Order: sequence, then structure tokens, then C-alpha cells
Amino acid sequence: MTHAVEIRDLHKYFGDNEVLKGIDFTVEPGQVVCVIGPSGSGKSTLLRCVNMLEVPTKGQVFINGAELTDPDADIDAARRHVGMVFQQFNLFPHLTALQNVMIAQQRVLGRGKNEAEIIARENLNKVGVAEKCDAYPGQLSGGQQQRVAIARALAMNPDLMLFDEPTSALDPELVGDVLTVMRKLAEEGMTMLVVTHEMGFAREVADRVVFMDGGVIVEDGEPSKVIGNPSHERTRTFLHRVLHPEG
Amino acid sequence: MDGRRSGLDAVTHLLTMADTPISAEPARSGLSPRKRRQISLGVQYAVFVAVLVAVAMLADWPKIAENFFNGPVAAGMFPTLFTVALKNTLIFTLAGYAIGFVLGLVLALMRLSSVAPYRVVALVYIEIFRGLPALIIFLLLGFGLPIAFPGFSLPGDVYGTVALALGLVAAAYMAESFRAGIQAVPKGQMEAARSLGMKPTRAMISIILPQAIRIVIPPLTNELILLFKDSSLVFTLGVTAATTELTKFGSDTTIDQANSTPLIVAGATYLLITIPLGIVVRRLEARQGRKR
Repeated sequence: MTHAVEIRDLHKYFGDNEVLKGIDFTVEPGQVVCVIGPSGSGKSTLLRCVNMLEVPTKGQVFINGAELTDPDADIDAARRHVGMVFQQFNLFPHLTALQNVMIAQQRVLGRGKNEAEIIARENLNKVGVAEKCDAYPGQLSGGQQQRVAIARALAMNPDLMLFDEPTSALDPELVGDVLTVMRKLAEEGMTMLVVTHEMGFAREVADRVVFMDGGVIVEDGEPSKVIGNPSHERTRTFLHRVLHPEG
Repeated sequence: MDGRRSGLDAVTHLLTMADTPISAEPARSGLSPRKRRQISLGVQYAVFVAVLVAVAMLADWPKIAENFFNGPVAAGMFPTLFTVALKNTLIFTLAGYAIGFVLGLVLALMRLSSVAPYRVVALVYIEIFRGLPALIIFLLLGFGLPIAFPGFSLPGDVYGTVALALGLVAAAYMAESFRAGIQAVPKGQMEAARSLGMKPTRAMISIILPQAIRIVIPPLTNELILLFKDSSLVFTLGVTAATTELTKFGSDTTIDQANSTPLIVAGATYLLITIPLGIVVRRLEARQGRKR
């Protein structure tokens, strides 16, 4: 069986600083994998290596069995199958919500205007912001912006969705709307790799939780095990700090 | 009004601050700081009024009116002032601006290219054309080229020469504006576009440039004002009655009539365009300031 994502001995340096120190892991089709860990542990860098926004210093990345780290690989073609959602949303501010969801369909997939618009409206409806089609990102709340960003990625019919701390920049009362959309996606069987601090979401939705610290994977397993009954001291310390921030 | 008042206060404050003790102790002269400020302000108004009165009394008003604000002489400039002079000035400016815009954008992209020779060529071009007086470019294109290559003439004759000269100079300034605008677009925009499968060129055209150009509209409008004025350099190329523009027309009519009114009228016509444009630039800048 082909893995949705396979990473072999991945290393990433920023200058002399080794951020990823040999990562091996896989995501199977239909799985939801949450990556947790303290800030600076390399989890966002790992996610960004999966679609080559960061170029790995060493190691291999495969998506659906095709190697992205091959110098001759067509990265742009591979990215069409991988949706990405950013912490800062990164919507295009000069385009309306609808145009944000249409532009890559038209310019990358070559869909006609009508087809792109129908698909865009479907996806905006799915994430619950259909009534905001004609609004510009600056006129939307953070939660609405993030849901438009999810619709923008979904409109490309990805096989895999990457989420880079999708709720970290949101006001607390808006987090729930975004998590609801992500939960719905998971139920539909979307393959998802999610870097998050939302332990509740990880525990309930994830098939697997990966705990990273210091550029390595410390623990990888079912949420009930990694979050519920961690076997490593570093995991326990981290979870204690996240779940009991008051000390 | 309020803004101006507080500005004046600030100036007064600066002027008096130097000899105002920082401590709350009474000043040596025995005057309170408030009293000192009042005196300082009074002196400044007195100087202003004195200069005004002196100018009003010493100037030869009838002579000034006769030579600079002469009604009949001014009336004689119409309608040619608008139908020929202003029209040509506008044509020179807009044609130069169009060339500068396109060339400036190309240079900005070259400056940001990953191909080193492109970066070097763009940098050298920008440094040279920003460092040279526009007049030298005009003379090189107008006289240098025809002397070197007899019979050579740019398409559009004077219009082509002026448009190219203005455009070559403007491109250097506009390239730097475009570059700043492109670099001001957050990095996440390019990442989002690339993550959707867009190639770098496509992302630049569809996502980055539309945002960058919006950011640089104020400096680009400023450049339009500068070009509008620089178009007067065409006089060095020897224009005819049909290709004359505001400055040349004003100076020719001044010599013709032995009266300076035409220069004042030509100057006022420049202001007719530049002052509204300046107001537009300030509005756009204020709007962008609010957005951030």
C-alpha cells in the first residue's frame, strides 16, 4: 500500500542550527495525524517540508509514493494534491472570498470561470461562510478568514491537507468554528496532518498523535496513549504545562 | 486649524525650551515659564507683521501688476495655452510615464531576480539614471544620437525623443518604488500561492504584483508630478510652434510681449495639475496609513 506521506531520515538546518534531526514517519490515506510539541520543537518546519515550502537539507519526502526531494520532481504538480492552511490565513487581500477560492482553480487547474465559481461556492458553503462570498479578507473575522482559507485549499480537490497551527492566531471564541470544519473534514475521510496546540481536538479527532521535541519525534501513537498515558517524561512535562497552564 | 495651532505651539516650545529650566524653580529673570512663552510668541508675531508691512510699503505695486499680472497679455495666450501648450505637456508626460512604468517594472523584477547578471544590470542602470541630471539624457538623445548616427531619428520625432528621455529617467526611480512595493508584500502571500500549485511567475503576476502596485500608487503618483515638470526640458531640443509646451510657450510669449505675465500664467497652469495631484497623493497616503 502506498503511504499518503512518507518521510525518511529528514534533516533541516537553518544556518548552523539543526531544526530537524532525523525524522522518519508516515501518514496513511484517510488518517488524521496531529503533531504536538513545544514551540521551537520543529513541528511547523516538518509540516512545511512535506510540501517543500522548506527544502530539506537531507532526507526524502514522498507524497503518494512520488518523491518530492528528487531534483527532477515537479513540485508545482505535486502541490496541487496537497492543500495547506496557514496560521496567519494568508488569504489574498486584493481578492474577495469567492475570488480567493477561484483563482488557483482557474490559473493552476485551468478550470473555466463558471465551473470554478460553482466549486468555490460549494466549498464556501461547506465551511459555513457562503454569505461572505463578496467580502474582502479585511472585512472578515479571523475565524471566517481561516474557513475561507480551508475552502480555498479544498477547491483544488487535494488528497492531503496540511494544517499549520490553524487556530493559534484566532480569538478564543472563534476557534470552535474552525475546529468544527476540520472535524467534518476528518469524518469525510480526508487525510490530514495537523500541527496544533488544541489537545481536545487531537484527543477526539486524531487517529495518531506525534509528540516532537528538540527536532526529533519523541512519541508516536494513538491519542489515548500519547496524550492519555505518555511513556516519556518529556511528553508528560509538556502535557502538564499545556493542560495546566496555571501550574 | 487645530493641527496648525499645535504645530506652532511645538515650534514655540522648541524655541523657548533651550532657556527654560527643567526644574520647577523660578527662572533667574523672575519670569514664569508661561510668561516667557507669551513674550516669545509676541515677538514672533511682531517680526512677521513688520516684514509684511515692509514688503507692502517698499514694493512697486503698479509695476508688478503691469509686468507680472497683465490682463490683456494673459488673455492673448488663450486658447493656445490649453489647446497646444498644455496638451503637448500632457502628451510628453504621459508617454514618458508609460515607458517609465513598464521599464521600471522590468528593472524591479530584474533587481529581485535569482539570476545574478540581471541584478547587476538593473542596479547599474538604476544608479546611473538616478545619478545623472535629466537634462544630460535629453541632450544625449536629442543631439548625441543624431550626431553619431546622421539621419537617425526616434519614432515620433520630438515626441518620441522626449517620451524616451523622460521614460529612461523615470524608470530608474519607479524601479526602486516597485521593488519596495514587492518586498512589502508579506512572505506568506507567495507561500500561499505556491502551496496552491502556482508557478513563481504566475504567483508574481496574479498575487504579488497586484498588491505591490496598490502599495506604490502614492510614490508613483509623485513620480507623475515630477515628470510633468521635467517635461519642460524639451525646450533644449528646440521645439516648433506645434510641439511647444507650457514652459517654452510661456518663455516665448514673454520675450515676444516684453512682459513677464506669460511665465506666471504658464506656472499657474502647472499648479493647476500638480496641486490637485499632490492632494490626491496625500489622501492615498493617509488611507494606507489608516489601513495599517
